[in-house]
Amino acid sequence: MWKIKPFDHLILFLGTLFLLAPVVLAVMSSTHSAVEIHTGGLFLTPGTEGAATYAKVLTARGGFTGDVTGLSMLMNSLILGVGFAVGKIVLSMMAAYALVYFRFRFATAIFWMIFATLLLPLEVRIMPSYQVMSDLHLLNTYTGLIVPLLASATGTFYFRQFFKSVPDELLEAARIDGAGPVKFFLDILVPLSRTMMAAIFIIMFVYGWNQYLWPILMTTDEHFFTLMRGIKAILQVWVGSQIPDYNEAFALAVLAMVPPVLVVIVFQRMFIKGLTESDK
Amino acid sequence: MTVSPSLSLAQRLRLWVSRPAGPPAKAVQFDRALTPWAFLVPQLAIVVIFFYWPSAQAVTSSFYLEDPFGFGATFVGLDNYADLSRSNEYRQIAGFTAFFSAVVTALALGLGLLLAVKADKVIRAAGPYKTALISVYAIAPPVAALIGMMLFDLHIGPATQFAALFGYDLRVGIDYWDTAFALIVISVWKQVPYNFIFFLSGLQSVPVSVREAALIDARSGWRRFVDVTLPLLAPTAFFLLIINVTYALFDTFGIIDVIVKDKPANNPMTLVYKVYLDGFKGNDIGGSSAQSVVLMVLVAVLTVVQFRLLERRVHYG
Repeated sequence: MWKIKPFDHLILFLGTLFLLAPVVLAVMSSTHSAVEIHTGGLFLTPGTEGAATYAKVLTARGGFTGDVTGLSMLMNSLILGVGFAVGKIVLSMMAAYALVYFRFRFATAIFWMIFATLLLPLEVRIMPSYQVMSDLHLLNTYTGLIVPLLASATGTFYFRQFFKSVPDELLEAARIDGAGPVKFFLDILVPLSRTMMAAIFIIMFVYGWNQYLWPILMTTDEHFFTLMRGIKAILQVWVGSQIPDYNEAFALAVLAMVPPVLVVIVFQRMFIKGLTESDK
Repeated sequence: MTVSPSLSLAQRLRLWVSRPAGPPAKAVQFDRALTPWAFLVPQLAIVVIFFYWPSAQAVTSSFYLEDPFGFGATFVGLDNYADLSRSNEYRQIAGFTAFFSAVVTALALGLGLLLAVKADKVIRAAGPYKTALISVYAIAPPVAALIGMMLFDLHIGPATQFAALFGYDLRVGIDYWDTAFALIVISVWKQVPYNFIFFLSGLQSVPVSVREAALIDARSGWRRFVDVTLPLLAPTAFFLLIINVTYALFDTFGIIDVIVKDKPANNPMTLVYKVYLDGFKGNDIGGSSAQSVVLMVLVAVLTVVQFRLLERRVHYG
């Protein structure tokens, strides 16, 4: 129906090129040695030092206590991403279930109390959040890293929308069959929400993995460093070195971006669907 | 409704307004006294401990002058706020934040729209472009900034070398506006794919019949775009506008922290970064809390203003 113009492709191609070029530069440069980068600039072609650099970044002990490795940071990022996504799904499904399927006193007040959290992002209460965590002795713990991030009602909001679209007949039928609230939730609603849960899991995993500010505040002990926290750490030793470890910084950046990028590409369809149309 | 890790301000507000004491969510509901509470307790506990407690703490701390070594605090009333309003530095940072947010939002939206319109035209080949762009979306802001830092590196950065070809000495990290330029480029780079995905899915939901009618009515591609496509995209654009402003205000923290590093002195920064800097590096807990409260009010006001001014003009097809 409409003609394909080479001009459209050109703009698209150039746009994509510009957006992808930095990623390609980072990946390729991470396979060259620091000296090569220092003298020759960034590379668009693969080098020969890749295996050595990644082996060093993943397994060599560095940092102040000498215990932190790329592998341990990778693990912590994974714990944060998965822990956050699972926690979010469990908490918000339960809360949304109570709000949608029950008639109880103070339901409206509770609803407002939970959804008011959507008004203010974490970034506006950095200092007091830190103080609360310190009072609760949760600094440098996985609980402190994950749980406070769950205090936002986004997930609850999506599951509430979803539950409202579930036909009422299901509940009526379940009640006739004698199912109680817990049985109805576990045997009917949870299986019914599988697609929704998967989409939210992907989105929240990427969100959790990519957290930067909170891990910076919460962790000073290197055992709890995530890859994002590691980036901050590598920059702190950066200043003043003769030839900075460009290659290792690039390798760290590649490690930090590969998992979320892979997840998003593999589950692309589900990710875009979840991102752009969730009230179906 | 649209899923995003952080809801747009307008969505938040709509949520607030749309559901006062109205009819129950379901015609049929369970009638139990205790069961709903069992389901609610985990989320309620977390919300109270990690949202309400710190928020309240921010308001109280903003009225106190805290000893940096932790030996108690003195009530100073509104002094922290008065200090803020008198501070030239604070005013200058607020100005930069407004400028930065406006430029990042405009560029990210414009480029995202341009690419989406082009991808919509070559629909059969749009797949690879979509995959390429969505992979950039999944990269965290600090990682994007780390790569950006290398691109703008004084010794090895291709961007620096490119500027030198034109005789310009690009000094990111040293010169205020050069650094601002790098911050903007990286922030826009990171956000274009997000806008692209939303604009593209908005464009593809325009029915074929409407497209055909437009093809007959308007010969020129530009007129078709302005008269037909743009109004149909308005709800998407409105949603994205708010998401982008929120992104520029809050989510760019990681980018700024990586680029500015330990030399914040004469480098640009946003209000959120200043809250962090004063609270953690400057140990000025009262001042940082006062800034938090100012930001809270700003977010609330933004929500209302955007909702009222902009949504009224948006056409919903």
